[in-house]
Amino acid sequence: MTALALMGLLPENASTTGSVNLDGENLLQKSEAEMCRVRGNKMAMIFQEPMTSLNPVHTVGRQIMEPLRLHKGLSKSSAMQEAIRLLDRVGIPNPAERVSNYPHQLSGGQRQRVMIALALSCSPDVLIADEPTTALDVTIQDQILELIQTLVQEEGMSLVLISHDLGVIAENTDNVIVMYGGTVVESGKTDHIFDQLTHPYTQGLFAAMPKVGMGRGKRLTTIPGTVPDLINLPSGCTFTDRCPLASDICAGNIPPVNQMEGSHLVTCHHLQQAVSARSKGLYE
Amino acid sequence: MSVFLAKRFITLLATLIGASIVIFTVMEILPGDPALVILGVDATESSVAALTKELGLDRPPLERYFDWIGGLLQGELGNSYAYKVPVSELVQGALQITVPLAILSMILSVTIALVIGLYAAANHNKASDVTLMGVSQLGISVPNFWLAVLLILYFAVNLKWFPPGGFPGWDQGFWKCINALILPAVALATVQGAILARITRSSVLEVFREDFVRTARAKGLSQRATLWLHVLRNAMIPVITVMGLQFANLLAGTVVVENVFYLPGLGSTVLKAINNRDTIVVENVVLMLAAMVVITNFVVDILYAVIDPRLKAHDI
Repeated sequence: MTALALMGLLPENASTTGSVNLDGENLLQKSEAEMCRVRGNKMAMIFQEPMTSLNPVHTVGRQIMEPLRLHKGLSKSSAMQEAIRLLDRVGIPNPAERVSNYPHQLSGGQRQRVMIALALSCSPDVLIADEPTTALDVTIQDQILELIQTLVQEEGMSLVLISHDLGVIAENTDNVIVMYGGTVVESGKTDHIFDQLTHPYTQGLFAAMPKVGMGRGKRLTTIPGTVPDLINLPSGCTFTDRCPLASDICAGNIPPVNQMEGSHLVTCHHLQQAVSARSKGLYE
Repeated sequence: MSVFLAKRFITLLATLIGASIVIFTVMEILPGDPALVILGVDATESSVAALTKELGLDRPPLERYFDWIGGLLQGELGNSYAYKVPVSELVQGALQITVPLAILSMILSVTIALVIGLYAAANHNKASDVTLMGVSQLGISVPNFWLAVLLILYFAVNLKWFPPGGFPGWDQGFWKCINALILPAVALATVQGAILARITRSSVLEVFREDFVRTARAKGLSQRATLWLHVLRNAMIPVITVMGLQFANLLAGTVVVENVFYLPGLGSTVLKAINNRDTIVVENVVLMLAAMVVITNFVVDILYAVIDPRLKAHDI
């Protein structure tokens, strides 16, 4: 949702408030025609489902050529050359042959590489990767992330990585925003957050990770309850129903933003309790 | 691709052989003796027997079946029992009306359907969409023979733009014939176009929810470009399926409208032949209709493979 809102691709009946700033311009104030020139050009996106994100009736080459011809005005033949170069860049073997393949002839990992080539085609300033490896198996996940990381550094792009995999986040990001129920609960430098888990939800996320040496037969720690109905979110803290620290004040009042060390921000009513719970764990 | 075509072609032949057996059997079981119908109820037993022998109907069914099929393979359809003229002559006259009528109706129907269906889908849930779908509901509900009568009353009797019925024959000039076919084609195409429009709309809306449409939008394509470049082709599979069924229906199932416009088409010919127990005409015409339906399906199958490369891959 957040990623789609950034791209201005939410359904028509959705309303977006606030601002999305890129190069000093607020994207929310742009017209649809202006947004069409931003999407795929200055800001590109990689989706979660590589299996269904490519059009089954067009060749992958044609799909990669599309943004090139649209935004860069390349001719058909030079767009084709560029598509082959891009396929090579994302590590697809025999790019000159693969370019005329249909998506069903490629594996999931290859399709995600094609999606990356597509997103990369116009050298965007910002690359949004919305759980890019969730649908892939573990060995491919690693390759894809490494590829994204390399490309981001070589092309000088900014990467917005959306993931629930803490290992992926720790390895690939500089800053983290932890979100729960559509609101930011904790944000800051990746190192700070991983050193000083503070918000009860962030602590829960870490507690739920399997740990090396935790022993067989021991159950994983879970956060009690389920994700709240997004239509009827509590008016105060969205995590109230599942939080071990919650008290009467939480449900009805929006929690304050507490500044920790540096730019580390935590949105919680019970900051002191949360900080002191770090050592013994909130969910044991 | 060639394996795909070969498989489809074998299916086509098998269907036709099956159809010929069913048609022949049904005509055998059907009560009513052709000789008796031709001679009338007062005929003597001996004259009926003589005519039966003359028509070759006294021979065993299996022999007559293979005779029929053998004749077909040599392009020999036999003579009508009732009119004593070659069946091919009867059929040819009917085909010259039915086939152009079917094609004209189909062109009208597809045009109506694509324009309305795409426009409604592009304006999903807006006033124009709701209105168009209301109109198409009306189009589906109107019986085509009644619409035919209304069209005759208004465009032929009041405005005198088109003839109220009949067919001049192709030797009288192309436009004169097309003119005679326009009102029946409109009557037939209204219902079919309305159904097809609804299918087009829902199919387009369904494809709009696919992930690859979001990808196309994320590339920077506008809503309209996405519709034309990514949605349309994917949405065509159900539309083409129904188009195939409708074309088959236009070839065989237009008796009522043909009668309203006094058009001696295929439907009317076969109906008359059934009443006359002119079994040889019925068998040949029905088999021909079956062949046209099967060939239409064959073409539809090929179109599927052209539209969606995945289907080719599964078959080979």
